[in-house]
Amino acid sequence: MINPSPARGWLFFAVGLAAAYAAGMGLVYAVSGVLTYVHLVPILLATVVSATTMSWGASGFSPLTKGFLGLTLGGLLGYALGLVIDLLVQGLVDWAAPTASLFSLLIGFTAFFLGVAGLNAVSKGLIWQIIGTLTGAILVSLIRAAMGLEWSGTFLFTEPAWVTGAFLGVLFFLGGNGSVSDWFKWARGIDTPEHHEDAPGWQKYLSVSLDHKVIGIQYTVTALFLIGVGGLFALIFRAELAASQLQFLTNDVRLFGQTGPQLYNTFMSLHGMIMIISILLGIAGMINYAVPFLLGAQDMAFPRLNAFSFWIAVPASVLMLMSLILGGFDTGWTGYPPLSARAPVGMQMFFLGVFTAGWSSILGALNTIATVLRMRAKGMTAFRMPIFVWAAVATSIIALTATQLIGLSFQLVMFQRLLGMGFFDPAKGGNPVLFQHLFWFYSHPAVYVFILPGLGIISELIPVFARKPLFGYRWIAMSSLAIALVGFLVWAHHMFTSGMNEYLRVPFMYSTLLVAVPTGVKFFSWVATLWKGKIWTPTPMLFVLGGLVVFLLGGLSGPPNATVSTDLHLHDTYFIVGHFHDTIFGGFVFPFFAAIYYWFPKATGRRMSETLGKLHFWLMTPAFFVLTFGMMRIGLLGMRRRIADYDPALNFDFTHLILTVAGFLIALSVMIFIYNFFHSIKNGEKAEGNIWGSRSPEWQVPSPLPAHNYDQPFEVVGEPYDYGLPGAKYIEFVKPAKSGRK
Amino acid sequence: MGHFLIVGILVIVMAVLTYIGLDAAGLMPVQASAQAVSIDWLWNWQLVAISFLFSLIVVPLVYSLAVFRRKKGETGDGAHIEGNTPLEIAWTVIPLFIVLVFAYMGAYSLGETRRVDPNALVIKVQARQFAWTFEYPEYGIVSSELHLPVNKQVLLKMESADVIHSFWVPEFRVKQDVVPGRVTEYRITPTLIGSYKVRCAELCGSAHAYMENPVIVNSQADYDAWISAQAAIAAEAAKTPEGQGKSLTVKNGCIGCHSLDGSKMTGPTWFNLYGSEAALADGSTVLRDDAYIAESILNPKAKEVKGFAPTVMPAYPLTDEEIANIIAYLKTLK
Repeated sequence: MINPSPARGWLFFAVGLAAAYAAGMGLVYAVSGVLTYVHLVPILLATVVSATTMSWGASGFSPLTKGFLGLTLGGLLGYALGLVIDLLVQGLVDWAAPTASLFSLLIGFTAFFLGVAGLNAVSKGLIWQIIGTLTGAILVSLIRAAMGLEWSGTFLFTEPAWVTGAFLGVLFFLGGNGSVSDWFKWARGIDTPEHHEDAPGWQKYLSVSLDHKVIGIQYTVTALFLIGVGGLFALIFRAELAASQLQFLTNDVRLFGQTGPQLYNTFMSLHGMIMIISILLGIAGMINYAVPFLLGAQDMAFPRLNAFSFWIAVPASVLMLMSLILGGFDTGWTGYPPLSARAPVGMQMFFLGVFTAGWSSILGALNTIATVLRMRAKGMTAFRMPIFVWAAVATSIIALTATQLIGLSFQLVMFQRLLGMGFFDPAKGGNPVLFQHLFWFYSHPAVYVFILPGLGIISELIPVFARKPLFGYRWIAMSSLAIALVGFLVWAHHMFTSGMNEYLRVPFMYSTLLVAVPTGVKFFSWVATLWKGKIWTPTPMLFVLGGLVVFLLGGLSGPPNATVSTDLHLHDTYFIVGHFHDTIFGGFVFPFFAAIYYWFPKATGRRMSETLGKLHFWLMTPAFFVLTFGMMRIGLLGMRRRIADYDPALNFDFTHLILTVAGFLIALSVMIFIYNFFHSIKNGEKAEGNIWGSRSPEWQVPSPLPAHNYDQPFEVVGEPYDYGLPGAKYIEFVKPAKSGRK
Repeated sequence: MGHFLIVGILVIVMAVLTYIGLDAAGLMPVQASAQAVSIDWLWNWQLVAISFLFSLIVVPLVYSLAVFRRKKGETGDGAHIEGNTPLEIAWTVIPLFIVLVFAYMGAYSLGETRRVDPNALVIKVQARQFAWTFEYPEYGIVSSELHLPVNKQVLLKMESADVIHSFWVPEFRVKQDVVPGRVTEYRITPTLIGSYKVRCAELCGSAHAYMENPVIVNSQADYDAWISAQAAIAAEAAKTPEGQGKSLTVKNGCIGCHSLDGSKMTGPTWFNLYGSEAALADGSTVLRDDAYIAESILNPKAKEVKGFAPTVMPAYPLTDEEIANIIAYLKTLK
């Protein structure tokens, strides 16, 4: 019919964008009688339609085009359905109703995956999640009606109905998409094959695969998607913050049952938590992808548990998006009561979503520890493992043991809301500060979960690109464990102003400052590894070095926060926001990109474009420096965090404008990366050998890796990082035993 | 040896330049309290440490990138150096020592901010969504502005009516959360006469950004004059329904969201409100008379005006007499 091409793609994009935007404006005019140029309806419509037409022009009636078409049609259908249901149940037509938007989101999202590849693990799971959510909600509503209680609420169902529905939705997703079917078969006495054959081609990424490399990529791509969503929310509120006074998130706005400032709080809160979940998925991606082949193993210890840990993150992410629509919540990702006890229903979706995502973390950690303990190659003693494995172990120890506390703290608020239990309600003898202790007992160690793998990537990659042994390997390995351990003893430094016992603040100050010691060991070791090396800086190394310097800023802005007296000034200001963006970008974002650029050839047999990689780096890094220094400056001068608007008399307008521009530049650089990533899968320069000259086992075999990693097992005969020592071998491949099974 | 010497010199130069730059940048607001002195002192030492450590890592890193670079076409490896145990011990023990010193300095500085003056002036602070109210019990004054005499320690006893808030004046440095169900204390000795603002520093809901009230540090004479004037006003006000109504609106923090002069804030302005018509969120119109106002105070969700944040206003369980006084006061706002 048409000849697909990039040029056609852009043409069709422009036409689709213009036509859909006009149509959207027309719809708004037809309903309200007012000609509005900037409105969510034309914006949303233009986005989905132009994506469809662009894909059609560039790739014809491809799976992606079908997917976007599904998204558009499913979204419209869901919206219409929601409007009808609202009319029937509530007796009114509310164009901005959460009900219509929720159905639009859920059905549109499901239809996308149906369009791309028909019934697959994602679309099946989502269909079952919708069924489960409605079943639970309707069931509870019927029971309530029978009991003479209110059975309908602000957002169609009552809160207990939504919570039950959401919970059942998660269970139905997992039951329906195949991620627990092997276990159920075993429970019924039916045997299943140990290894599943994956579908060929990209369809396997939409299925329940047991191959750690497929799961690692599923985690990574989902993480990148969530970074996009969380980043989009940041761009929205950064646009509002660019000037003082409210520009578009004003009190007149009414969307999803929220006014502009309430939407600001929801976007800001979700930015935090969605990014946190993207970090957890990103590190799971790196760990699940790399650890087995770094150890010489064929897969993780528990492949089905691995798949389950990935798949449970999908319904968790859906719950996060549902929270935006069901009234949002205004507490920040920290969810402190009493504010969280009185927030809208979206708060419950948030709590449940985090609770669900926590399962992914805990089970993934368990799997990692078991794998490292039991599945190392012959001769791989503890101190002959690649250093990234030490980082993965330290991370997993924390994730396995601490995550429960955030689940618990959120669960208690859920019970306070649903069952009237006054854990944090002073009127019932409860204590709001107790929540903070329970919450931070996980959430502080959690930040070490976020950064230890990335710091492990830095340790793993510097030797390769400096061509030198990792300086003080054992000390670096131990420093990861030390950070994990000391990290459990510092949580109340988030509570210095909370009203907890005054004297208690001092020991937490000491313990928090102590974390600087093992962290310092890492920094000094990295510099010592670079010293007298033969350094070369392809894209992965650029991100490693950028991560190191940015994490240094995070580490140096830490002690003023750790010290109680200075923290009294800094707490809840943009100085803190600058500090944690430094530590997160340096400890996760930069190393995550480094890891992807580094292992992409191993996964695909092609390399990502060096030019685009360097563009990504040189756009992101200076923009990030501007962002973080700007944030810390205004924080010191009085800019509080989590505010939709700020006092013009503070003269922060110009700085905020710069921060917004910097944020948009970072977003642009990430979009360049995303394009590079997907384009290079088919079009990247071929790279089937050891292009980095690494001594690591996975680079001693050709790319991409076969299904079970190594056709021949290997034995460890030397040190991992003996660059510069002639004739030094790390591994030797051995002939497999005659009866060996592949 | 040569490399070490060059790097050593560069580290010291860079550290000094960084510190000078940070110091000159004027990073902190003006210092307006006695408690700020030890905080700023410690912050300054932290800048010294930050400048030095930043240089210690970045200078060798950049130097290595420049000097130990792989040249085009080169294929060999770097020097085979696996480690250096004495160096490892040194860079573990020395930072440990430095960290302990800073922790001790922190404890000392914290102690300085908590020095107690047994004759401190006691003022009660009420925090609620979304305004601060200040009570001077011995004078019967309730004010939306905090007035403080310079160079005298003040003890604020703070309570919250609803959720967690936090009391912060950046120029004073110290911050303290206000937690429902308990009284938290804030000791401050303002040292610089001027106008500041207390800015709520714990996310408390949709209008958290606007929860800011004036904090005025007066000379002793001006402070005494203000107290006398306010006490007189309070005494006069107590005699009339309008006056009592006005006191109630200050005491309950209403004016944190409702302006008196027509400007648009979180809630509808009270200027010319009484007796006017308003469009409601559901499309109908309503006459804002006594019954409507009473309902809006007791059950704000019942009839919400279009264009304002729904469900933000909490219910205030006031007595009929209190409501009547408030209505009397509202009638005067024309």
